Amino acid sequence: MSSNKKKLALTGGAAVAEALKQINPDVMPVYPITPQTPIIETFAKMVADGEADTEMIQVESEHSAMSAAVGASAAGARAMTASSSQGILLMAEVLPIASGMRLPILMLVSARAISAPINIHGDHQDVMFVRDSGWIQIFSENSQEVYDNTLIALKLAEIVRLPAMIIMDGFQTSHSVENLEILEDSVAKKFVGEYNPKNYLLNFENPKTFGPVSLPNSYFEFKRQQIEAMDGVIAKLVEVNGNYGEISGRQYDLFEAYKLDDAEKVIVVAGSTAGTAKMAVDELREQGEKVGLLKIKLFRPFPYKQIADALKNAKQIAVLDRTVSFGSVAPLYSEIANSTGRKDLQSYVYGLGGREIFKEGIKKAFQDNWENKEVKYIGLK
Amino acid sequence: MTNWKDIEEGAIIKHDMEKSPRTGDWRYMKPQVDKKTCIGCGLCFDHCPEACIDYDDERKADIDFDVCKGCGVCATVCPQKAIKMQKN
Repeated sequence: MSSNKKKLALTGGAAVAEALKQINPDVMPVYPITPQTPIIETFAKMVADGEADTEMIQVESEHSAMSAAVGASAAGARAMTASSSQGILLMAEVLPIASGMRLPILMLVSARAISAPINIHGDHQDVMFVRDSGWIQIFSENSQEVYDNTLIALKLAEIVRLPAMIIMDGFQTSHSVENLEILEDSVAKKFVGEYNPKNYLLNFENPKTFGPVSLPNSYFEFKRQQIEAMDGVIAKLVEVNGNYGEISGRQYDLFEAYKLDDAEKVIVVAGSTAGTAKMAVDELREQGEKVGLLKIKLFRPFPYKQIADALKNAKQIAVLDRTVSFGSVAPLYSEIANSTGRKDLQSYVYGLGGREIFKEGIKKAFQDNWENKEVKYIGLK
Repeated sequence: MTNWKDIEEGAIIKHDMEKSPRTGDWRYMKPQVDKKTCIGCGLCFDHCPEACIDYDDERKADIDFDVCKGCGVCATVCPQKAIKMQKN
């Protein structure tokens, strides 16, 4: 087992670059934005040093980056890009095109706050903003998960023919150095395999038209088929996670259940905060508190049944959202409410614009009264 | 129309000239190529948004009027002014 792994200390951004080096995508149109830039800079240096032969295209904006990725993928290439915040919002009109055309494009996201006011630090507003775009969305807790999720998501995306976003917290994960194990190059390459597109423009024997107009008499059927494809992702991810577990020794699930079995008070959270929350859970457990944590990984499609099952024994549940949906309830809270059918969930909003959340803040949240039902804020002044 | 299970994935459709609409019907103005003036430079060939201009045996511009929508780009780009737009 130890012969096919290598232990490194890397930032989330650099960890993803290692995965990209092993994947060696055909085309990567890029445009920089904090805090994703280290991803593309690190990988660009690898390409310049001849460690990968990806065609990196420096485009004039994120809209162009996604458009170029769509074009490359439609042509039959393995295409990827990276972005954050306003960059993702600028690409937003192309995202559903990638999904509607069933192109398995991978986007590495260093999740960051949305303007205004301008804030370059980490939260989940950008990825939540585009949650309806038809992209698979997978959250990562740390550098290890980001590396693993990149390989897993690529394989998944190409099986289901849908684009995927691999999400890490901006700065918290993208710029923090952590230990991780990466796979041996040959093992990683064998796992992702060759890309054999089902439909591609450069197929001269069997030419097809991409991106036609669809009138009211057919559009609905195309979308219904896309819904079916997205729904099928859950089962496929379980399979791919299993395959990855065999070659890496790290068996992932759709979400992570941490000390959940006999937990009476549970918090649900996504991203790097889960790491801090696990420490809070451990300390409270030492004091005899029956607390637990559910860490969200797959967010789109949302695994309603599986999460409902995991939370069925919890007496009280609070959901921590690192985003806000103005005029409505917070997105993750909404999903958990739909999943469990419970009306007694507690919603917390935290960490907007990179506002730190500490172990003490989470411990205090566990000790709050969750029966009030008003939205609570952690770390707000 | 096809039901949702059988409809083409990603709306990626097999190009079929039989099923394609005859967009030549949309035309108001029709491009006329003066074969004596045409030098076969290929600018109209490259610019036609319908990709409906081909070369004939003498390498002169040859327009497929089943598809030509009469947009006039070919007439505009022709360096020899060999193409003239006329009422259909």
